[in-house]
Amino acid sequence: MSYLEYAVKSTPTGFRKFLYMNWPLTLLLISVASAGFLMLYSVAGGSWMPWAEPQMERFGLGLTVMFIIALVPIWFWRNMSVLAYLGAIVLLVFVELFGTIGMGAQRWIDLGFMRLQPSEVMKVALVMVLAAYYDWLPSHKTSRPLWVLIPVVLILIPTAMVLKQPDLGTSILLLAAGGGLMFLAGVHWAYFAAVIAAVVGLIATVFNSRGTDWQLLKDYQFRRIDTFLDPSTDPLGAGYHITQSKIALGSGGWNGRGFMQGTQSRLNFLPEKHTDFIFTTLAEEFGFVGGITLLVLYGLILIFCLVTALSTKDRFSSLVTLGIALNFFLFFAVNMSMVMGLAPVVGVPLPMVSYGGSAMLVLMAAFGIVQSAHIHRPR
Amino acid sequence: MNQRNPKTQGLAYKRLPRRALIVGGLQAAFIGGLAARMRFMQVEQADEYRLLAEENRINIRLIPPTRGRIYDRNGQIIGQNTQAYRIVMVREDAGDVDKVIAKLSELIPLTQEEISRAKAEMRRSAPFLPVTLADQVTWEDISKVAVNAPALPGVTPEVGMARQYPRYEDFAHVVGYVGPVSDYDLSQITDPEPVLRIPRFQIGKVGLESKQEITLRGKAGAKRVEVNATGRVMRELDRQEGEAGADLQLSVDADLQQYAQARLAGESAAAVVIDCETGDIRAISSAPSFDPNLFVRGISVADYRTLTEDKYRPLANKTVQGTYPPGSTFKMITALAALEAGVVGPGNTVYCPGHLKVGSRRFHCWKRGGHGTVDLETSLKRSCDVYYYDVALRTGIDKISEMARTFGLGVKHDIPMSAVAAGLAPNQAWKQRVHGQDWLVGDTANASIGQGFMLASPLQLAVMTARIATGRSVTPRLVRSVNGVEQPSGAGEPLAVNRYNLEQVRQAMFSVSNNRRGTAYRSRIIADEFRMAGKTGTSQVRNITKAERAAGVIRNEDLPWERRDHALFVSFAPYDNPKYAVAVVVEHGGGGSKAAAPVARDIMLQALYNGTPPLEAYPVADRERIKEQQKRLEGDRRPKARPDEKDRA
Repeated sequence: MSYLEYAVKSTPTGFRKFLYMNWPLTLLLISVASAGFLMLYSVAGGSWMPWAEPQMERFGLGLTVMFIIALVPIWFWRNMSVLAYLGAIVLLVFVELFGTIGMGAQRWIDLGFMRLQPSEVMKVALVMVLAAYYDWLPSHKTSRPLWVLIPVVLILIPTAMVLKQPDLGTSILLLAAGGGLMFLAGVHWAYFAAVIAAVVGLIATVFNSRGTDWQLLKDYQFRRIDTFLDPSTDPLGAGYHITQSKIALGSGGWNGRGFMQGTQSRLNFLPEKHTDFIFTTLAEEFGFVGGITLLVLYGLILIFCLVTALSTKDRFSSLVTLGIALNFFLFFAVNMSMVMGLAPVVGVPLPMVSYGGSAMLVLMAAFGIVQSAHIHRPR
Repeated sequence: MNQRNPKTQGLAYKRLPRRALIVGGLQAAFIGGLAARMRFMQVEQADEYRLLAEENRINIRLIPPTRGRIYDRNGQIIGQNTQAYRIVMVREDAGDVDKVIAKLSELIPLTQEEISRAKAEMRRSAPFLPVTLADQVTWEDISKVAVNAPALPGVTPEVGMARQYPRYEDFAHVVGYVGPVSDYDLSQITDPEPVLRIPRFQIGKVGLESKQEITLRGKAGAKRVEVNATGRVMRELDRQEGEAGADLQLSVDADLQQYAQARLAGESAAAVVIDCETGDIRAISSAPSFDPNLFVRGISVADYRTLTEDKYRPLANKTVQGTYPPGSTFKMITALAALEAGVVGPGNTVYCPGHLKVGSRRFHCWKRGGHGTVDLETSLKRSCDVYYYDVALRTGIDKISEMARTFGLGVKHDIPMSAVAAGLAPNQAWKQRVHGQDWLVGDTANASIGQGFMLASPLQLAVMTARIATGRSVTPRLVRSVNGVEQPSGAGEPLAVNRYNLEQVRQAMFSVSNNRRGTAYRSRIIADEFRMAGKTGTSQVRNITKAERAAGVIRNEDLPWERRDHALFVSFAPYDNPKYAVAVVVEHGGGGSKAAAPVARDIMLQALYNGTPPLEAYPVADRERIKEQQKRLEGDRRPKARPDEKDRA
């Protein structure tokens, strides 16, 4: 069965495309974003400025972008994948040379109306190019070493560039998302087993070398790793934020302390409460019930992406949808682990909720591709 | 190239949905883990975290208690809390700190020291905390700052409480003064109250302020405030009021105290007036004195040096801290010891040739030619030394020492003042213990006339006199009431001394100041209802060598001040119904009859008349001189608020 046969027959055209969108996904995104507006209103002390209002404007822009992208057939986006990847690489080079320095790292390009983080763009572009690659590659070649090496290089180039910014959090996310996509594409599990074994072995060797004659790292480097892994060893420095975050989260209890009643965020004990630690504020003010509700919303978003992925019939649509869902998952999983004290503080925002323009726009654009795949799936 | 790659081809056809489900499953598992973690923290550990959050945001701040006030026996204020103005600065409101301080120093006087101290404090503390720029600022300076407020961002005047002593020098030695808690003070207190950690909290440093610190301080209140992460107070949650310190009423009469202080002026001297009936200390003056207010605000180095380098030692409290050989004022004790021991009767006589040979040494009477035949009355009246050498040797030192203790000598009186001295009433055991030597008969001879090892403070001498006057074990009382609650009286029990013997001694003391041949006859009181009995004393601060004696004893006036004799006088009046006992010591004043007795008489009259006495109370010959003196002292005492005394020195 060739593609042309069903494409012409069953793909909706014109504004009828709206009817065929993944509407549950759209509604879920709006719900999560609304939770974000509420929290931004709260952390500003009951004010729409300076965070909630700009965030709403950006979300409006993001929705528009999502709709536009959704209306364009998915094969156009597949064809644009390589271009998107190259464009993202150029942006990363550009930010390295001319970027604005913030938080001790080169991350932004100031566009005037917003700050663009090329690493955010790269998250989506990488998923797209890998999905396109496996769409193009005959499936029997998937696990051949040479054809495995190409996506690995595609992943490692941007990872290395982001690491140099330095943005450890994002580079780990890139690595995980790329690796995840290769796994989804059907690369033989032995490759993954080998890589995991090698990494575990390396880490074990490094740690075992501590205090021996053949110590592989210097003492101060070990100490840095200690602080990174367990911030409580440095309670006034790196540990302060995570300790305060845990106190805020735990003190929320079952029902929370009430909207705008969270003492930890109100009295500034919480750091970065409008960005990376916004989930803490939510959990403090709305308690376990509020936190679980958001988690469930996130879970539903993943499920509806999975539905789209399984209902499309071509590899690009499936892979790109799953890749974007994986990216989204990694986002909130790392952020939540971080504020709950399960992971080191690496500076990953909570998707759709944390204040920040480029991350939200890029995510909405990505969901636009998911929507496009959903609309243009064969029936 | 609108070609699609259907996933129905090849191996991937089976793999993709399967792998998607594997990844989805892993994601679900992770989400479950996050939910479990959240449940653990928010449900199971919620209480612990809630507690930590409360600890974060709630601070307990102490409210310093108001210090108790101090009044005299008539309700005149001696120590009070006044509003003190200070100028504080908040760094974050000031903007350019240096510029604002420069502007401020054009308006009000600021020392370089104050400025650098304030700047250092500002660097240390949070930017929103007020830092004191100038303390004890005058009202005028405050208004200058207030008027220029727009030009002085972050600068505000504040009102606080500060201790103030409106009687200045008069009560410096009695009440002492307060000052900010020092690290040394804290190290002296085991388990100090938290209120003492308040910066610049004032506690009693010396005198009554120090001894009654706990009573005067009261209990600190507390308020719970909500603070943010930087420590800024957001709001007050609740407060618990403290307890103000208790007000103290002294037994001292501020007017009499003031008179005594003025009367002693120019000398290095001490005077104590005790109420014979209750033991109330009516006046307890040490001259020269100092202004305790200087210490409250922190005394300048120059002022402090002036006080410490003065040879009259203004900082020393001579009334309780200073001990002097009591000299002839001790003779009553020797006489009583001899009478009680039965070695001599009031009518028995001793022959005084001007000296007595004790062992190989010759002990001289102050009168070279001797007094001839003397009995008890004559010996006291004319202060014959030989009589006392003689009876003391027959009585023995241990009995004399015992008698001294009965009358409060060599005993530390329990009054709330600093460095109260016990004095010394030596006996054989004491010398053996302290000096490791046997007691010699010569020591007894010396002790019998209040010389040698014998030491007593003016307070002890006043108590001794009150006990002789009443025959009761009068104890001194400085604090009359605490918060209106009357303190136990010092009237005391009757002494275990024969009343007849006491009466003999009292009669002899009457003769001292009323018999024409008495040593204090010139300082008598002639008002019949207020007749005074007393005893002079002149205690040597040097030994008179044989060579000196041969060459003729040098007159006191010809000696340098430090080597002159101390002048003492003890007295009680009225003779028939003793009301007050007075003891006066003039350091290096020369003879007791000349330097101390007139002072004691004047103070006694002031006390008896409860104000300036009529000239009729004085002997006719003295009246002109006394009139002048009264006028002069009135003039000294008038200006209460000093014109040169600004709020900010």
